[in-house]
Amino acid sequence: MADAVRARGLVKTYGRPSTRGRGGGVTTALDGVDLDVPEGTVLGLLGPNGAGKTTTVKILTTLLVPDAGEAQVAGVDVLRDPQEVRRRIGVSGQYAAVDEYLTGFENLRMVGELYHQGSRRASARARELLELFSLSEAADRPVKGYSGGMRRRLDLAGALVNDPPVLFLDEPTTGLDPRSRADMWELLQGMVRGGTTVVLTTQYLEEADLLADDIIVIDHGRAIARGTSDQLKAQVGGERVELVVDDAAHLDEVRSLLGRVAVGEVEVEPHTRRLTAPVEGGAAVLVRLLAQLEERGVHLSDAGTRRPTMDDVFLTLTGKRTDGPAGADDEKDGAAS
Amino acid sequence: MSSWVSALGDGATIAQRNLIKVKRVPDLLVGTLISPIMFILLFVFVFGSAIPVPEGTSYAEFLVPGIFAQTVIFGATVTGSGLADDMQKGIIDRFRSLPIAPSAVLVGRTTSDVVTNVLVVLIMTATGLAVGWRITTSPLEALAGFALLLLFAYACSWVMALVGLLVRSPEVFNNVSFIVIFPITFIANTFVPTQGFPTVLRVIADWNPVSAVTQASRDLFGNPSLAGGSGAWPLEHAALYTLIWSVVLVAVFVPLATRQFKRSAAR
Repeated sequence: MADAVRARGLVKTYGRPSTRGRGGGVTTALDGVDLDVPEGTVLGLLGPNGAGKTTTVKILTTLLVPDAGEAQVAGVDVLRDPQEVRRRIGVSGQYAAVDEYLTGFENLRMVGELYHQGSRRASARARELLELFSLSEAADRPVKGYSGGMRRRLDLAGALVNDPPVLFLDEPTTGLDPRSRADMWELLQGMVRGGTTVVLTTQYLEEADLLADDIIVIDHGRAIARGTSDQLKAQVGGERVELVVDDAAHLDEVRSLLGRVAVGEVEVEPHTRRLTAPVEGGAAVLVRLLAQLEERGVHLSDAGTRRPTMDDVFLTLTGKRTDGPAGADDEKDGAAS
Repeated sequence: MSSWVSALGDGATIAQRNLIKVKRVPDLLVGTLISPIMFILLFVFVFGSAIPVPEGTSYAEFLVPGIFAQTVIFGATVTGSGLADDMQKGIIDRFRSLPIAPSAVLVGRTTSDVVTNVLVVLIMTATGLAVGWRITTSPLEALAGFALLLLFAYACSWVMALVGLLVRSPEVFNNVSFIVIFPITFIANTFVPTQGFPTVLRVIADWNPVSAVTQASRDLFGNPSLAGGSGAWPLEHAALYTLIWSVVLVAVFVPLATRQFKRSAAR
């Protein structure tokens, strides 16, 4: 299958340090990133703030020129023919780039006209998208009165005006409440079923897990891991045993007990009294552990096994939890998917 | 050729969008309209009472073209603050991801700002007439006077476009433009005759294009200049000098602003 997006060795440095630049000089935002996205698949770019996800998207969408490297989108060279690339992509940025003073309909019609669809077709397409994104009722009201979720949907609709074969979404659900986020996911899944190729950045592991066929984990401008979510999970070991002790005084004792059966590091969260460790042989290990703990009179408020989540992947790869607010806490049941 | 046509068409689409905004937020326009009306009234009745004018003329006749010049230049700053605002909100990124000519957004912006300036000039004309200002020349000359004012303001819009794209924040842009434009429009023949200025200031005023725009529109409206003629070349050839400035500003700042637009990506 042909690649809808292909990039090799993308490098981007910013000459002028940002206000919070580390000691001035040059900041390397991207340090040689390669990526391939087969047609009709979803690539998730996962990483913390400032990892280089947005820079990657800006280069692929012709907004930034890389210092080195090359990229093709929908078969067109990004550097040689940016205008042709723009005809074939849809972009939805990190914050909803919609005009507050225009109505939802006017926003979309304007985008259509700028794609040279002609005013009749632009109007029809605008109505169609408003319907699709459940914005028909608000269509003729200025966007100023829209909620955050409605603005995001309108922005995404703007990216679809020209029916692009390739869609770039930069953190499409950041700042949305859980309900709006779930709505957004449903919309995105619908589009992917329709055959659109999507490149999506996210800080939410859950989001990458749910939507992406392939994931690239980016940190400090480099791709530090890539694969399907299952492959990435396999890469960090098998199942996890998770124990929550009643009394924090038992944490050290349980930790050493867990350490003997763990195939990796035991993670301890003192404030929640939770211990997690990768093990081999899941349930059987858990049963033995429970018996041992019973013998020693250690009481547990929770015990179980779970498959590794994207959060575990990220932790193992980068040594830190994700910055995303949804990170650790929402991830508890992530393995159920 | 066809790329030019499409740039103009896209420019029109974007100008239309900017004008919808003016319609939806009338506060903005009211602000732009009230300050020149206030200026006319304040200057005519406060300064006018102290500034000696020859028999048979009035300070209002001298003043109104000067207020016109100052106001249309301030009107041009909307170009910069509007672009900075769009940049901050990520709307410029959206435009840049569309297959349109890089100049289209700037053409649209500067065009819609001329349209609002026309509106502002109409309101000011009415106010001026109410306080005793009169046009004593032919309609054709009067039109030429208005056209010259608007042309110069249009050229200024392109300077503002570059600054707005560089500054990226509408608040910063407004502060900067206020600090720069106030002296430029005051060290000129806009509000008082320049004979009394210290020599250095007077030379600056004589060569200040704002003086030339004001002088040219006074000539074209048939208003007095109150000066015995300073003899400076720019004021003797005010219309020509204004045209030269307008053409040079456009020739320099259209490419500069367009280049900056291509580079600018919001963070």
